[in-house]
Amino acid sequence: MSVLVDEVMKLSPPPSDQKASSKDFQSDQDVRWCPGCGDYSILAQTQRVMPDLGIPRHRMVFVSGIGCSSRFPYYMNTYGFHSIHGRATAIASGLKMARPELSMWVVTGDGDGLSIGGNHMIHLLRRNLDINVLLFNNQIYGLTKGQYSPTSEKGKITKSTPFGSIDYPFNPAALALGSSATFVARTLDRDPKHMQAIIKRAAEHKGTSFVEVYQNCNVFNDGAFFQFTEKDTKDDTVVYLEHGKPLTFGKEKDKGIRLNGFSPEVVSLKDGKWSVNDLLVHNEKDTTLSFILADMTYKSGLPRPIGIFLAIDRPVYEQEMVRQIVFAQEKRGDGDMVKLLNSGDTWTVQ
Amino acid sequence: MAEKTIQNLEEVTIRFAGDSGDGMQLTGTQFTNTTAILGNDLSTLPDYPAEIRAPAGTLFGVSGFQIHFGSTEINTPGDQCDVLVAMNAAALKVNLGSLIDGGTIIANSDGFNDKNLKLAGYASNPLTDGSLQKYHLHSVDITKLTGLAIQDMNLSSKLVDRSKNFFALGMMYWMYNRPMESTIDWIEKKFGNKPEIKEANLRVLKAGWNFSETTEIFAVRYEVGPAKLAPGKYRNITGNQALAWGLIAAAKKAKLDLFLGSYPITPASDILHELSVYKHFGVKTFQAEDEIAGVTSALGASFGGALGVTTTSGPGVALKTEAIGLAVMVELPLIIVNVQRGGPSTGLPTKTEQADLLQSLYGRNGEAPVPIIAAATPADCFETAFEASRIALKYMTPIFCLSDGYLGNGSEPWLIPDYNALPEIAPKFRTEKEGFFPYSRDEHTLSRPWAIPGTPGLEHRIGGLEKQHITGNVNYEPLNHEFMIKMRAEKVERIANEIPLAKVEGDSQGDLLVVGWGGTYGSIKSAVAHHRQKGNSVSHLHLRWLNPMPKNVGEILYKFKHILVPELNLGQLVKVLRAKYLVPAVGLNKIQGLPFKSIEIEKKIEEILRGTK
Ligand SMILES: Cc1ncc(C[n+]2csc(CCOP(=O)(O)OP(=O)(O)O)c2C)c(N)n1
Ligand code: SF4
Ligand SMILES: [Mg+2]
Repeated sequence: MSVLVDEVMKLSPPPSDQKASSKDFQSDQDVRWCPGCGDYSILAQTQRVMPDLGIPRHRMVFVSGIGCSSRFPYYMNTYGFHSIHGRATAIASGLKMARPELSMWVVTGDGDGLSIGGNHMIHLLRRNLDINVLLFNNQIYGLTKGQYSPTSEKGKITKSTPFGSIDYPFNPAALALGSSATFVARTLDRDPKHMQAIIKRAAEHKGTSFVEVYQNCNVFNDGAFFQFTEKDTKDDTVVYLEHGKPLTFGKEKDKGIRLNGFSPEVVSLKDGKWSVNDLLVHNEKDTTLSFILADMTYKSGLPRPIGIFLAIDRPVYEQEMVRQIVFAQEKRGDGDMVKLLNSGDTWTVQ
Repeated sequence: MAEKTIQNLEEVTIRFAGDSGDGMQLTGTQFTNTTAILGNDLSTLPDYPAEIRAPAGTLFGVSGFQIHFGSTEINTPGDQCDVLVAMNAAALKVNLGSLIDGGTIIANSDGFNDKNLKLAGYASNPLTDGSLQKYHLHSVDITKLTGLAIQDMNLSSKLVDRSKNFFALGMMYWMYNRPMESTIDWIEKKFGNKPEIKEANLRVLKAGWNFSETTEIFAVRYEVGPAKLAPGKYRNITGNQALAWGLIAAAKKAKLDLFLGSYPITPASDILHELSVYKHFGVKTFQAEDEIAGVTSALGASFGGALGVTTTSGPGVALKTEAIGLAVMVELPLIIVNVQRGGPSTGLPTKTEQADLLQSLYGRNGEAPVPIIAAATPADCFETAFEASRIALKYMTPIFCLSDGYLGNGSEPWLIPDYNALPEIAPKFRTEKEGFFPYSRDEHTLSRPWAIPGTPGLEHRIGGLEKQHITGNVNYEPLNHEFMIKMRAEKVERIANEIPLAKVEGDSQGDLLVVGWGGTYGSIKSAVAHHRQKGNSVSHLHLRWLNPMPKNVGEILYKFKHILVPELNLGQLVKVLRAKYLVPAVGLNKIQGLPFKSIEIEKKIEEILRGTK
């Protein structure tokens, strides 16, 4: 760390015996999303979880791109950078490399993070910097008023696809896993408790955490996820992934997921043919399993997996960078500019 | 042994030319380093194709390296060469035009077999058909002699072939009476763990020397004495290396970490390579997934209190454009290095051009002023990068630091600067909470405070949406927008308050002023000097600062009857000067991927002067 930054880091915050509250994380800016937007819930859950992390506000940075979702940093009373479309992951990467001690958050949308910013996203994931990515997936471009996005379902009618979209959608979890992500999770705007738990786990994970949040855009894509979030359907359409537990779902927990070869299938636990012991048991450390689970996403007849697909450890990029620097400094001593200038073949003119 | 005469020369230009796989760049660089250590002034021009290993023997696969050295002041790599080392027929064909009448050719006769001749488009062998009569032709079977020198080592013919450039180098060392020690050291270090190759190269190098010494083929040896350079300690340096060191020095002075976000691109990659070595200086280099990630990661680092740098060439700048606009808006320091190459599009990747001036000035959406500073010579890249960093940090602004392919790859002796005497760079992070506003301004520089994440109590948000004056909150009010646009412009203009006034080389008034910028410095300087020797009223103004321009540029221009602006583009600076100062400046434009020859400028000057008489 440079001398000047070091001096800043030594400044101590005003003493306070009280644990921060979620209110401390609210900025003085008016929140400007449409009334009823799913973004409100994500903001609220994030602000609720932050105090539990034990990291002071001034060490947190929220970086975003462009989109409704990307307005998020303005509402957080932390450091923030509302940047340009698609580049939040790259900006956050640079900041994290420069300042590994900061708690870094990226807020992005399905367009911002998977379309214009798709390239930076996959590279962030494979490098595994310790950054938490919250991807608000509303399957639509909200800010530009309702064009289809790279996660919109095929056939979707929007302003730019009056005859239906012919694009096949990304499966964000599978994309993240395919990019060698070390933490991949999915949660729902209308399941606050689950979201809080996932955000907390993401924060604790050392390495890039990729969290896809299904988010309702009630203006341009209302109800996109209602089957997974609303009372009368959700029990039968969602399977929650819990580490070490068999995959069961249904109101009475009377259905489960079993592996038939490599293919997950739904079985009933009622008719006596299958028992809980036959079910697939989730293991968030198993990369192979994570692919199988993520692949359930758009398969008809299968419930939508929600929860943590994968949480494994791999060396963290910025720490590797620091390690090389420390090694070089131990071996060669701190860089000396006068020595450097005078190194190599030199000659003197009298 | 035949008696050899020694002749003294003031200056010589040698061009090494061969296949792109023949190691001509290496040969040229070795000759250059040795020549530098001998105390000659010098200037070099590597000229190589975009293909790494173009098909052997073809015209487009020819790689050249020209060095101009002397006991007098040397400003250019030489308009023409006195000696041409041609490793094959194509190399001769491509380069013969740049050899002076009566010049010397050293040709590898093995490179003139039927296949080579056909590929080069020769109907008959120029080495034997008498067509080269006006030159001193020395035809030597370098390939065969190389093979003989290492015959007993049983090396593959490929390895033998790879060593032959050292034979040519040995010959040139003998001819210009240069010691071989520095190259011997280099070979020993470079091939330390490949003893066979080391041994072969050493033997071949010495064989080249001995061959020249013992055979009768060369009757004359030349002596080029040391140049009268200003006293001090020197080293030879390329533009890219100097630029990298300038950045390290600036970060060190500023007590900041240097962060480089970059994506490889010719001819800028060497800066990335160079900076990657200096981990013990705390330099962080990040090879990003593309240029956009290169610049945005640098901007992110700069938000965190690092000296953020991104290095690239023209096509990369095109990709970085939107992020540079963001840097203008969030007012963070950011160095954008553009080592210009021939454009548009992929253009001429390995050739030089200065066609990105208008891109730097205007190539962004909205009113987005960015300061621009340009290096004039390879060694000058150090000071330019240092100064760019100083200004970016002081004014909290992105800045363009322009170099070009010729400067980046070219080299010259450099009077090593005294690090402790370099100007202070003293950035300050804002830490006081009292009265903090992200967009309050310093009354002199108009720069905003740099409050980095991690500072208790200064949590704030920045972004690309228009900012309200002082508070930095998002603001869409019409008058605030206009105010902020003017504020950002004024901030950049104020840099003119502290940059040095422009200085004319020659008289401060007269018939003709030649105005240049960037890498044309040497050629303009030589051309103007020749005219001044003849008593003509010609002066030279070279602009280091292109935005803002020094305050006295207008005054200077108005004192001359004519203004000539030579540029390696279709006329970019000349447009700016005409628009800004309403002067009838005319351009001299060359867009061939090559630097100006000073004779080209000299002729144009003559033409203008003749018109005035
Ligand atoms: C370079 C650039 N291209 C296009 C836009 C316009 N634009 C802004 S947001 C957006 C899409 C946002 O979609 P998403 O990321 O899903 O965010 P949401 O609004 O749905 O939260 C587009 C196309 C822009 N701001 N910048
Ligand atoms: S357009 Fe949709 S995503 Fe954007 S704020 Fe409104 S409801 Fe939310
Ligand atoms: Mg969206």
